[in-house]
Amino acid sequence: MDSAFDLLALSPPGWGGNLLMGLLRTLQIAVGAYALGLVIGLLGALGKLHGGPVLRWGLEFYTTVIRAIPELVLILLLYYAGTDLLNIVRESMGLERMDISGLWAGIYVIGLVQGAYSTEVFRGAFQSVPHGQVEAGRAMGLRPLTVLRRITLPIMLPYALPGLSNLWLITTKDTALLAVVGFSELALETRQAAGATREYFMFYMVAGGLYLAVTLVSTLGFGLLERRLRRGQPSQT
Amino acid sequence: MPDDTPPQPPAIEVRDLHKYFGTAHVLRGVGVRAEDGDVVSLIGSSGSGKSTFLRCINMLETPSSGQIFLGGEELDLKPGRTGLVPKNRRQLEGFRSRLGMVFQSFNLWQHMTVLQNVIEGPVQILGLSRAEATDRAEAHLARVGLWEKRDAYPAYLSGGQQQRVAIARALAMDPRVMLFDEPTSALDPELVGEVLKVIRELADEGRTMLLVTHEMRFARDVSSRVLYLHQGQIEEEGPPAQVFGDPLSDRCRAFVASVH
Repeated sequence: MDSAFDLLALSPPGWGGNLLMGLLRTLQIAVGAYALGLVIGLLGALGKLHGGPVLRWGLEFYTTVIRAIPELVLILLLYYAGTDLLNIVRESMGLERMDISGLWAGIYVIGLVQGAYSTEVFRGAFQSVPHGQVEAGRAMGLRPLTVLRRITLPIMLPYALPGLSNLWLITTKDTALLAVVGFSELALETRQAAGATREYFMFYMVAGGLYLAVTLVSTLGFGLLERRLRRGQPSQT
Repeated sequence: MPDDTPPQPPAIEVRDLHKYFGTAHVLRGVGVRAEDGDVVSLIGSSGSGKSTFLRCINMLETPSSGQIFLGGEELDLKPGRTGLVPKNRRQLEGFRSRLGMVFQSFNLWQHMTVLQNVIEGPVQILGLSRAEATDRAEAHLARVGLWEKRDAYPAYLSGGQQQRVAIARALAMDPRVMLFDEPTSALDPELVGEVLKVIRELADEGRTMLLVTHEMRFARDVSSRVLYLHQGQIEEEGPPAQVFGDPLSDRCRAFVASVH
């Protein structure tokens, strides 16, 4: 049996390089999906709070359905159905069938799921902004978008941050679900390495350690961000 | 010899303002007119509609009907779902930038320092450079006695200090008219004086203002005219000596007696 060092060597026959590539793809998807989810969430929350009845109803449908269905099912559904749909559209336009890159498909699918959750996080945070703060801006003659950018958003963000940091950690782990559609992120790379070498315990421990490291670094980052965003507020004791 | 100069339009004029909250008719044809330099106080018991009236003037509340003029210019309004809405948002924003509002609960922006609070409007609305706005803001802060606190965050100031910053923030826009909505009602008694002192100085130097207040002695001292509101209507109106000393309305007499 080879030693753990040999097995984890960065170049073949070691599997370390594969694991790190998997981690990189995991992070790419997580960052992309999270960013997409934040954009959807921000617009979704504004739509739910200020939109007309049709928009509000549509968003309610979106967040309810997405949050009701298990993510694994959603990923299978959106990945395969999404690919089919795209190709039906392409064929009707006389174009070739194409395979969606696993990376972009993963970003869209997980981003869509994250968007539903972050819509609710942002909606709650917006509602926590004291009304007088907004009123002071409007009373001065600030335009609605300026009020949003200069007052509502910066006051809302500290309220949203705990929920958003949760969602980020969930996103990093949701990427593992993409293994079922054959995307070689960290979980799938780990399974291949473990299957090939029969060193299940060692490889899964290493993968677990990598996920843990991502979490620890993220927690540190969110802590710093929260301190920055909460400036001006006396610490609660 | 006749005076040929056309009459100056009043700094602010509101005509026949009505406001319904659902079926409750809370303002029943209230009007006010203030020339430049006038200090008009609105008094009355809680629920008389005086704050609602003030908030209708800059459209923080939606009036159901009525007219609003600032410096002779009428605010264009059209019927909307819940009452009158502005025809032109830009015009309303212009009106608001010339109406400096001071709130009961200060409403300083908690994520900005004192100085950032005061320069926000001049930079974003008047288009001043940050340096220029800062110079002016420091002067305004100095006059309310808070220049030393310019880099503090509002949460670290007393209520009286916060309200003085809020006044400086309103002043920084150099408004035509200042609207004070019970500026001392949220303050501890020992902090009321420092805020009233600032408002009195502004009145003395000729600032036009509408003041909703429960501070009767103060209203009597600084006002050029006093309006007593009761159940959404002006029950008594006149110079402070009349409203406080010899009102025509029995209700006003009883109210003044009860709070003095």
